Amino acid sequence: MGTGLLIALLVLPLVGALVVAFLKNDDRTAKIAALGVTLAEFVLAVLLWISYEPGGARIQASSSVDWMSQLGVHLSFGVDGIALVMIGVIALLVPIVIGAGWADKLPAGRSAGGFLSLILVQEALMVGVFAATDVFLFYVLFEIMLIPMYFLIGGYGGARRQYAAVKFFLYSFLGGLIMLASAIGCYSLAADKLGHGTFDWATLVTVVRDAPLGTQVWLFFGFFLAFAIKAPLVPLHTWLPDAAEQAPIGVAVILVGVLDKVGTFGFLRYLLPMFPEASKVLAPLVLVLGVIGVLYGSLLAVGQTDLKRLIAYVSIAHFGFIAIGIFAFTSQSEVGAVSYMVNHSIATGMLILVIGMVIARGGSTKIADYGGMSKLTPVLAGLFLVAGLSTLSLPGTNSFISEFLVLLGSYPTQPVYAVLATIGMILAALYVLWLYQRVMQGPVRGNALVGVSGGPGAATDPGKAAVTDLNKRELLVLAPLVLLILVLGVYPKPVLDIVGPSVSATMSAVGVTDPVPAQEGK
Amino acid sequence: MTDISAVGQFAWLLLVLPLVGAVILLLAGRAANKWGHLLGCATVLAAFVYGVILFFDITGHEADKRVSELHLFSWIPVKSLAIDFGLRLDPLSVTFVLLITGVGALIHIYSIGYMSHDDGRRRFFAYLNLFVAAMLLLVLGNGFVTLYFGWEGVGLASYLLIGWYQNRPSAATAAKKAFLMNRVGDVGLAIAIFLLWANLGTTQYTEVFARIHELSPGTILAISLLLLLGACGKSGQFPLQSWLPDAMEGPTPVSALIHAATMVTAGVYLIARSNPIYDLTEDGRLVVTIIGTITLLIGCIVGCAYDDIKKVLAYSTVSQIGYMILAVSLGPIGYALGIVHLLTHGFFKAGLFLGAGSVMHGMNDEVDMRKFGGLYKRMPITFVTFGLGYLALIGFPFLSGYYSKDAIIEAAFSGEGWHAWVFGGAAMLGVALTAFYMTRLMLMTFFGKERWKDIKSEDGKDFQPHESPAVMTVPMIILAVGSIGAGWFLTSGDRLAQWLEPSLGQLREHGEGPIPGIGLTVISLALMVIGAGAAWLFVGRKDVPVQRPEKVSWPVRAARADLYGNAVNEALFAKPGEALTRGLVVLDDKGVDGAVTGLAGTLGFLSSLLRRTQTGFVRSYALTMLGGSVLVVAALLMVRFS
Repeated sequence: MGTGLLIALLVLPLVGALVVAFLKNDDRTAKIAALGVTLAEFVLAVLLWISYEPGGARIQASSSVDWMSQLGVHLSFGVDGIALVMIGVIALLVPIVIGAGWADKLPAGRSAGGFLSLILVQEALMVGVFAATDVFLFYVLFEIMLIPMYFLIGGYGGARRQYAAVKFFLYSFLGGLIMLASAIGCYSLAADKLGHGTFDWATLVTVVRDAPLGTQVWLFFGFFLAFAIKAPLVPLHTWLPDAAEQAPIGVAVILVGVLDKVGTFGFLRYLLPMFPEASKVLAPLVLVLGVIGVLYGSLLAVGQTDLKRLIAYVSIAHFGFIAIGIFAFTSQSEVGAVSYMVNHSIATGMLILVIGMVIARGGSTKIADYGGMSKLTPVLAGLFLVAGLSTLSLPGTNSFISEFLVLLGSYPTQPVYAVLATIGMILAALYVLWLYQRVMQGPVRGNALVGVSGGPGAATDPGKAAVTDLNKRELLVLAPLVLLILVLGVYPKPVLDIVGPSVSATMSAVGVTDPVPAQEGK
Repeated sequence: MTDISAVGQFAWLLLVLPLVGAVILLLAGRAANKWGHLLGCATVLAAFVYGVILFFDITGHEADKRVSELHLFSWIPVKSLAIDFGLRLDPLSVTFVLLITGVGALIHIYSIGYMSHDDGRRRFFAYLNLFVAAMLLLVLGNGFVTLYFGWEGVGLASYLLIGWYQNRPSAATAAKKAFLMNRVGDVGLAIAIFLLWANLGTTQYTEVFARIHELSPGTILAISLLLLLGACGKSGQFPLQSWLPDAMEGPTPVSALIHAATMVTAGVYLIARSNPIYDLTEDGRLVVTIIGTITLLIGCIVGCAYDDIKKVLAYSTVSQIGYMILAVSLGPIGYALGIVHLLTHGFFKAGLFLGAGSVMHGMNDEVDMRKFGGLYKRMPITFVTFGLGYLALIGFPFLSGYYSKDAIIEAAFSGEGWHAWVFGGAAMLGVALTAFYMTRLMLMTFFGKERWKDIKSEDGKDFQPHESPAVMTVPMIILAVGSIGAGWFLTSGDRLAQWLEPSLGQLREHGEGPIPGIGLTVISLALMVIGAGAAWLFVGRKDVPVQRPEKVSWPVRAARADLYGNAVNEALFAKPGEALTRGLVVLDDKGVDGAVTGLAGTLGFLSSLLRRTQTGFVRSYALTMLGGSVLVVAALLMVRFS
């Protein structure tokens, strides 16, 4: 049953994209059709989740057909617990994004059908990239995935959208090319050893891991560069603030919430099991980059003056935490990192959506154009705060579980990095609460709010301001995210249980075990 | 550890009742305007009733059968890490339950009156309920991580309530400051938890306390200091004290409940709860003693200089918590003494804040004592209840503070060598200063010339001081009763100390210090009289100017500037931090972006391409490239079908 579900998950959005693309003249029908498709996709993802057996085979719901048999390339798909939760996140966020953008005005001359079919293609490709179990197939999807995103940013974004789209594309594309070189290297290793080359992930894992350290390190770097650009790690991060700033809100949610996770997913699925020795040797490098990401990203988030760029830097900090968790090599830190990937999607996704709602009211992305909005829009302010508190990992919210696990889990093996990253907790409180203060608290002010309410002077009389609080659609869009933030904060067990066995398998592939608590006194 | 009793099975109600109250009040919106405050009080009252039943249930058992745990569910299970969501029911936690729900219920009721003119009253009650739930989790949780959950939860409630008037910039800033400084402390608490996990493989109290002695002295010292950092943040102890006075931006009931009676004492709870850890490290305890001593003096000194009635009380709280921290730092001779003072302080300080709120309520929300004067005639109930709280606080014989503070001073004087003189002496000096600033506050507020008669309030109205309604005065009266009798009740025959034995161990007799106990009592009474007398000399016998005199000596200037605590923070952290952030933004926009893009450019074509995006020409260029890659992919697909 799982196999059929996974194939349906891959095909359904593509079919949907085709249908929606033909609804060019009827925006409303296109939106309804796209929403219907993505909701059906969500149901499929839930069914896949239910059919998945956490204690079962390493890769489940697998299928494979020959593609380029001469090269040993297969169209093969399957999921482990880590891929499964990411597919779940995609299926959750896409319908929410469509709902959130329901009333958005598209640029002149563009139809909702075109926009939504790109979104649907994007969804199919993202499911594919997490589900691919053939390294070449993964590479192809990794690169093709850039195309709809390129058009989504470049065609529907802000004033500097072309610059941002090209920058995004080139960074990722170049990273991918280097990864391709590494993948081919792995292929030839297999050819030497087995007599025939292959890109099958499960086979490559058994072959490449035995390669000499020097070879592993080179191959490691090829993959690492691609993933470090995607995830992004400092100093390869500068495309993200531009892309996030210029992308339309819904696209930013997909970009920051899901697409970037391919990078950290790649660490876990490809780097660690395929290059275990190199991973261990190079772990300090990644840990250093992770800590720099946490502190540097946080400090830059504090210093931003643009709402959307601020979120991008917050994400850079969070990716630092994830990288630390993955390369600290304990069960707790790894499970923490994977759940961080899920929780960051939920929390940051919600924060971007809420910020989109602020921008829709104030008409500006500059923080300085806002002030005292809580007086005009108390519900929006409250939900802004919920998303913000999850972003700063307050206990009781989902993000606390993952950040705490990453730090607690990293401490036994990497105390210095864990302690340095813990300082990120203070900076997180600073950038979230200061942002909240500038936008929501204080006296009502700001040119943007004046502009919306129809003239100067209106802002000094809040009663006259035409800024309204959240409508029913907006509430409906945010409700599932709020619910998940709170439920997964108090009862994270479903997520922890489903990723646990996959993490254990990854750890044993690397050949690391949990440290035993030091019994100093004895 | 005993099995949970039939009554204890329902201890989850303590968390769920106020939490459900908060959720309903937040979701119901305006519909709850009519009944929201009643629901808010009802949940806390119900929790209090259950708490009393639980108390009697536990007292019904033998002393060695009074500790039990209620497992609720597995919270964060990952392999060998098993963080339990469970409650520990023992004398210490139940004592706190009674304090939190009892004083909490009184302050909820008081708030019905105090907040009656506020449009958002239902939301206020939602936040108060949320606070009570988080605070109960803090004291009931059965491990360090559940404690941490409650610990940051109360921080959130505190943030929301300090920033209650959130369109006032000072309130928003104070709220943020409180949360941030607390986070600094929380980092300490978090790292302490990591150390426990790394060395013991557990974070649950029972297992940690049973095996803590296995660790090396250095590790234990580190854990004790990190826990202390957490306590300093939450309890406003040096060097993290400066958020607490600013927290007075919140409505006065909040100051009474959160920033006087309960939340800010969580640091004392943490140290007392971790007594098996502190028992093992004398060095760690000495640092705690030093912090407590410094803080109690800072609080007293600054408290003498302020004219804002709430700020004086806030610094008084800082100082009194310093006494509690000093007490628990003394180890087995002091843990219970700290808790006794915490409870008596909970009564009289909550009462003092409610009294201050009542004064403000009748004085157009004015807080400047220079504009008060002679209010005893206008507000007799407030005057009497406040007066009793005042006497309790300065340690007037046979009122609450007399018993609880005297015991701490005696214990502090029992130390060896210089410890006795320095710590005992500082605690003694604090008595005189406390009597000074509190007497000054009493005189300026309730006695002397009615200075408000000749001036107008900030919104341009005449002051018409009046007594508050019964819904406010009744809680004040009840707390005043506590101010009178709680000290005697809790200490006679070491009643509370004995009840707490299963949690804190036996209260050990401390040795005789350089001055015998009766001598200390006489000296501290004399100091109290001197302090009060000095206050009378300064403000009682002459008219108080309505305008604050600015030509004052440097000690007064220093005290008015919070002994430069904020200035130091500003110079050490805020300014360099701002500069660093600004520098990094420039570095990232120009340096990193340029370097990486430039590097790639030398490899290929990136930078030239990017430059050309400005011309609009690149779009076609990039599209060509995209088209190329699509072709590649298409070609690859063709291979399959050929």
